[in-house]
Amino acid sequence: MPALLSQLLLGLVNGSFYAILSLGLAVIFGLLNVINFAHGALFMMGAVLSWMAMNYFNVNYWVMLVAAPIIVGLFGVLIERLLLRWIYKLDHLYGLLLTLGLTLLIEGGFRSVYGVSGLAYSTPEALSGGTNLGFMFLPNYRAWVVVASLVVCFATWYAIEKTRLGAYLRAGTENPRLVEAFGVNVPLMVTLTYGFGVALAAFAGVLAAPVIQISPLMGQNLIIIVFAVVVIGGMGSIMGAILTGLGLGVIEGLTKVFYPEASATVVFVIMVVVLLIRPAGLFGSEK
Amino acid sequence: MKKISLVVYGVLLLALVAAPFIGFYPVFVMKVLCFALFACAFNLLLGYTGMLSFGHAAFLGGSAYLTGHALKVWHLTPELGLIAGTLAGALLGLVFGWLAIRRQGIYFSMITLALAQMMYFVALQAPFTGGEDGLQSVPRGKLFGLIDLRDDLTMYYVALVIVVAAFLLIARTVHSPFGQVLKGIKENEPRAISLGYDVNRFKLLAFVISAALSGLAGSLKTLVLGFASLSDVHWTASGHVILMTLVGGLGTLSGPLVGSAVVVLLENKVGDFGSFMAHLTGVDWFNTLGESVTMVTGLIFVICVLAFRRGIMGEVIAFLDRRKGRKA
Repeated sequence: MPALLSQLLLGLVNGSFYAILSLGLAVIFGLLNVINFAHGALFMMGAVLSWMAMNYFNVNYWVMLVAAPIIVGLFGVLIERLLLRWIYKLDHLYGLLLTLGLTLLIEGGFRSVYGVSGLAYSTPEALSGGTNLGFMFLPNYRAWVVVASLVVCFATWYAIEKTRLGAYLRAGTENPRLVEAFGVNVPLMVTLTYGFGVALAAFAGVLAAPVIQISPLMGQNLIIIVFAVVVIGGMGSIMGAILTGLGLGVIEGLTKVFYPEASATVVFVIMVVVLLIRPAGLFGSEK
Repeated sequence: MKKISLVVYGVLLLALVAAPFIGFYPVFVMKVLCFALFACAFNLLLGYTGMLSFGHAAFLGGSAYLTGHALKVWHLTPELGLIAGTLAGALLGLVFGWLAIRRQGIYFSMITLALAQMMYFVALQAPFTGGEDGLQSVPRGKLFGLIDLRDDLTMYYVALVIVVAAFLLIARTVHSPFGQVLKGIKENEPRAISLGYDVNRFKLLAFVISAALSGLAGSLKTLVLGFASLSDVHWTASGHVILMTLVGGLGTLSGPLVGSAVVVLLENKVGDFGSFMAHLTGVDWFNTLGESVTMVTGLIFVICVLAFRRGIMGEVIAFLDRRKGRKA
């Protein structure tokens, strides 16, 4: 029983990362029509930046939780302005290929400095240790990851679905030219959306730093799972992305208990099943 | 134009036949040939049908393992090993394609990538693949029980015949009525549907052919190099074949041939180039270039997408067309 609960929590932690990453992918895809392959690499950047800040400048976790998303977000703005801008009119596949190239560049760059072995990052002191809940031992940091992710996910959902800015964003997703005709600066909105989306990835990266082994390649496997999550959920709905991410994390955690051999592939198997039953995805509509 | 390309292909074929005698290392050329076949098969899908599969590593690697297993454990003859690998690629392609063509565009790419990743984990965990070590020391055996392939030169000509035959098959497919329908689907899928074509069947068949030939490439690679490893099933192999096709020229017959030669050469020589530059300029950083192949690959991707989308052969063909236009 305790093993089950702790795997469940671990699943929720992974699910939180899936949720934040697929949320960012969905927001970016909605407005830019680009599938951001570099999302995993930027997630890695968030984690490695916090490690670098800790090791070289002794800057702590809490500062990096804010600073890393901002740095990576600005980097994203640069990417959008300098590179992505030129390919919007082309076939979708070029967006995927361009961001794939960026991924190789970023990961290769970090790899040439840090190699492929893991970098250790300790849990911030305020969150180390755990709480005994009676029926299970709850590691504080994991609980924090889940709570922080949920807050960020729902704040994003609220901002997009309920605020005026979000309304512009949704309108821009539907019909950018019409929105531009109303005097909204759509190119700026596109740039900021990309920056925001990758800042989310970096935020997840910082959250992951103490629980996942930090290495330049840490984003690779994750991004492919997140792609499967996106296929399962469909990219039409923000809430759908969040729920699918969390749900799949939990399922993956449970698989580790009941059938460990399949834990690496279970998300892909679910993707196959969903494709057979509901090809457009659980929350999706064919776009 | 037709005449020119015939002459060029003739010269290329002669060069390949003569390659071992003019100083090229046969095993290296065979490796290039395998990747050329892989890229041509991939291009059939992306260049001529407009479907970006991000999972072709599964066919290359899956067949590589199967052939390795067939030769090493079941002691099959090489031709049976190759046939088994090709069939396995086709079967896997049938399953992947059947699932993936339910979605279009970018979703199609993500689905194929995810399915291939599943295949990767299977290869990592399955008992007969050798896990992290891969399948080592696969024997080449005797073709039809007669021709000893242990000799590199014999192996080279057998591989050359296979690759040329597969290339002709692809060329024939592209120029057949079937290939024309595929091009039609690429240009405008709704119109192809309204003309009464069962688009999904055409797509699936193209996918299966592409997967089968990718499987053949993987099998041949195992036979030539004597091993199958995890890097064949890893998603970076799928990225590689995309790069080869893109560099050479999407939707051109000769593009993938050129692209694969360029990419394989680059990967093998970038380290040498680095140490050469370090020697020349005295800048120590160049020595690390060999370890930064990934970055070089990424850079080429970015440049190709932004500025060089037609690829090498695409540019050449466009140049020839322009000249012809000026003459007329």
